[in-house]
Order: sequence, then C-alpha cells, then structure tokens
Amino acid sequence: MATEDNMAASKRATSLLDGPPRVINVGLERFADDLAAHGTTVQHVRWVPPAGGDARLADLLSKLGS
Amino acid sequence: MEKIETANAEALRRLLSGDPVLVDVVPAGEAIKGLGKHHILHAGPPISWERMCGPLRGAIMGIAVFEGWAKDLKDGAAQAEAGAFRFEPNHHYDAVGPMTGITTLSQPVLVIENRSFGNRAYCAINEGLGKVMRFGGNDAEVLARLAWLRDTLGPALGRAVRETGGIPLKPIIARGLAMGDEMHQRNVACSSLLLRILAPALARTSKDGEVLARCLDFIGKNDQFFLNVAMAMSKALTDPARGIEGSSVVTAMCRNGTDFGIRVSGTGDTWFTAPVEMPVGLYFPGYTAKDANPDMGDSAIVETVGLGAFAMAAAPAVVGFIGAGPASGAAAFTRAMGEITARSNPEWTIPMLDGLGVPTGIDIRRVVETGIVPSINTGIAHREPGVGQVGAGVVKAPMPCFTQALETFAAKLGVVC
Repeated sequence: MATEDNMAASKRATSLLDGPPRVINVGLERFADDLAAHGTTVQHVRWVPPAGGDARLADLLSKLGS
Repeated sequence: MEKIETANAEALRRLLSGDPVLVDVVPAGEAIKGLGKHHILHAGPPISWERMCGPLRGAIMGIAVFEGWAKDLKDGAAQAEAGAFRFEPNHHYDAVGPMTGITTLSQPVLVIENRSFGNRAYCAINEGLGKVMRFGGNDAEVLARLAWLRDTLGPALGRAVRETGGIPLKPIIARGLAMGDEMHQRNVACSSLLLRILAPALARTSKDGEVLARCLDFIGKNDQFFLNVAMAMSKALTDPARGIEGSSVVTAMCRNGTDFGIRVSGTGDTWFTAPVEMPVGLYFPGYTAKDANPDMGDSAIVETVGLGAFAMAAAPAVVGFIGAGPASGAAAFTRAMGEITARSNPEWTIPMLDGLGVPTGIDIRRVVETGIVPSINTGIAHREPGVGQVGAGVVKAPMPCFTQALETFAAKLGVVC
C-alpha cells in the first residue's frame, strides 16, 4: 500500500516537470512580474508576515484570535 | 477569541441595521446640547490652538468674526491665543464637519435621526466649492455666504425637510452607488436625487419665488451638497456601535490637519492618534504639493461605514479626479479594504463587483495583521489660512493609530504578550 502511495506521489511530482512551469509566487510581487514578463504562467499571492514581522504584535494578534 | 467575535457581530448588527433619516435643519445651538458662546467645535481629535494648522486657525478666526465674538480676524486670532475660546471635537457632541469642520451656535445643521436606535447626529450645510470656510477661507465673501446659509437656506431647508416628514437616506445611498458616487469625493448622483425630493417641498413651503430660485440654484450647482448629509448619516450609523466590550471594530476616523485619530468600539471614547499624512493626488492649475496642508476633516466617517475609498469600485470616474491611477483600478481599492473589514453591506451593493456589498466594519486586528491601512478619498486644502481647496487625492490612515489601539484593546481584555 505504502509503495503504491509513493509511486502516485512520485508520478505527480514528475508531472510538474513535463510541461512549462506553472508558478505560484508568494510574497514579493516583483518575482511574479519578472516571470510573467518572460511568458511564464504565474499566480501571485499577496502575503506579508503578520504585523509586518513585529513578533510581539504578531503574538498579541494570535492571542486575540486574528 | 469567541468574546471578540460575538462583540464584533453585535457591532456589525448595529452598524448595518441603522435607519438614518434626514429629519430637520436647525441652528446648531438648538440641536447640539452643551454648545455655548465662545465654544468652537472642530474636525478631528482634540487639539490646542498652538498645534492647529493654518486652515483650521483661519476658519476659527473667521467664525469668531461671524459669530460676533471678535471685531476682525486679527482680534479673533489674538483671542484664540489668549484662550478666550473653548475648542472641542465635533465628535464629542454627536456632530461631524468636513475639512476644518467648524461648528458654532448660529450655523444651521442637518439633523439625521437613526430611527432604529433613536440617536441623532449633526453636520453643517455644505458651502459649495471655491473659497469656503471648510478649507480655511475667512474673507467677506465666505462670511457673507455663511450668513445667507444661516438666514435663508438653513430655515428654508428646515421647513422643506419637516414638510416631507423625513427623508430616508439608505435608499438614496443605494441608488447613488449604482450611479457612480462613492459619497466622499463624488456626490453628483446623491445630490441630484436629494434635490428631486427636496425641490417640491421647498416650493410648497416658500413664500418668495426669488428666494426659492436661489436655494434651488445653490443646491443644484453644488455637486458636493450631499457630502455633509452622508457624513451626518455615517455618524448616526456608527454611534450606536460605540462602547461594545470586546469589539475591535473602528467607530470613528478623523483628522484635524495635525493629528489623525480613531476610536474603537471596545475601548470606548479613547482617541488613538498619530501625525496625519499628506494626501497623494492631483492639484488645481497653479498649485503643487508644496502648497498642500496635511489631511483634515471628519469626513473619513464615510469610509468608517464603507463608503468613500472603500466604495471606490462604484465610482471609477472619481479615481482620475483624485489622481489615484486608472479608472480600471477602482475595484482594487474596494477589494483591499475588504481585507480589513468584517463583512460586506448587503443593502449597499456595487454593480461593477457583481453586486458585492461595500466593505464594512474595520477590524483593528485585520489592519495590524495585514499591514493594510484604510484609504480615504479627500480634498486638499492650501496650507495657508484663507486660500481654500487646491486639489483632491487619497490619504492613508497612519498605522500607529491601529497598533496603539490594539495594545490598549488587548490590555482591556487582559491579554498580554
């Protein structure tokens, strides 16, 4: 059973290399812009560290359920 | 945290279930309890004369002459400096005012009643464009217009509004959004819709055809006439959501040309302030950013209820006017504000977004977490008193207001790092 799962996962991973790259870019939008400028299919996800990377505020937010 | 979610649900229920109705126009001294002589209400959070910007000082000097408290502008400034006037925010008296936002005894105010909750809110009548007191104007032309508003238009509007039995405002906003208004820098549709209702009542209650014609002409030529109605309406909608323990929803945003201030439901009437930012926008011919005053006015109350920049997608024409990029980018503003708000308003929808409601209920947790601060559409005043409007643009609410509010909010709930 485990072997079959491994084979399926391996097949899915290999399929990523079969065609042109399809990219999900997280964070800095410039990377997505550069890829798009070269004709690559790219989906940008806007993401920044919570509270701009301020660990104390991020901790407070997590306790406040945000 | 369940307590916060429950409190925010209640804040949104109150915000969205309000029924604001324009019920009267009366002198501020009659409507606003506690407003007395030498008492001047202004836009934004509390501020002393020493820290006030040029346009706000200019408006105060002018209103002191208008009310008969000073013999001329110089005397008005000297008295202000000597502490002869009591300065307080409009927000402390259930009122709001655009730009300098001056409210005093004899100015007529629009009276909005929130019939769901029984509270009332007030705002002076919009003076029109050009040299006006809300942008710091204070010469004879400005004061003469204020006198006409006090002696003629105000009483005429009061009679007309009373004759209608009250004008429900939510339906006007709903139609205005479908006609390209965002109710802050574009009020063309709503001003026209309101005039359609007011005109017959003004005619029925007028005894002088020439006075009637001048009233109709004044309202008809002022595309921003509805702004002050929208502001008082927004204040009437947000006030019932104040003081809900555990709610992280913003109940007011305003600026006085020096400081930006916010209030949050769960922290009561405490102001969280930070230096106000400069608007980014377009300038009228002959003016540049060097002439501009930092942002000012209580008008950000319309963004607090989901209008203005939050409803930018409804008003692509305004994007070019305020220099905020291409009209096709209007929806991006509304979507960004959706990231920091609790929900959309099902009664105020935007056709261009397939009927999505305007984003409503700014949550300070979402602002601090995402780093997205509220955008506000705004007029730009000249930094010197007496000049007036020099442009229009978009300004960002300063993040420190929200981080301070979050820390106080958390401490109130006993949450510490």
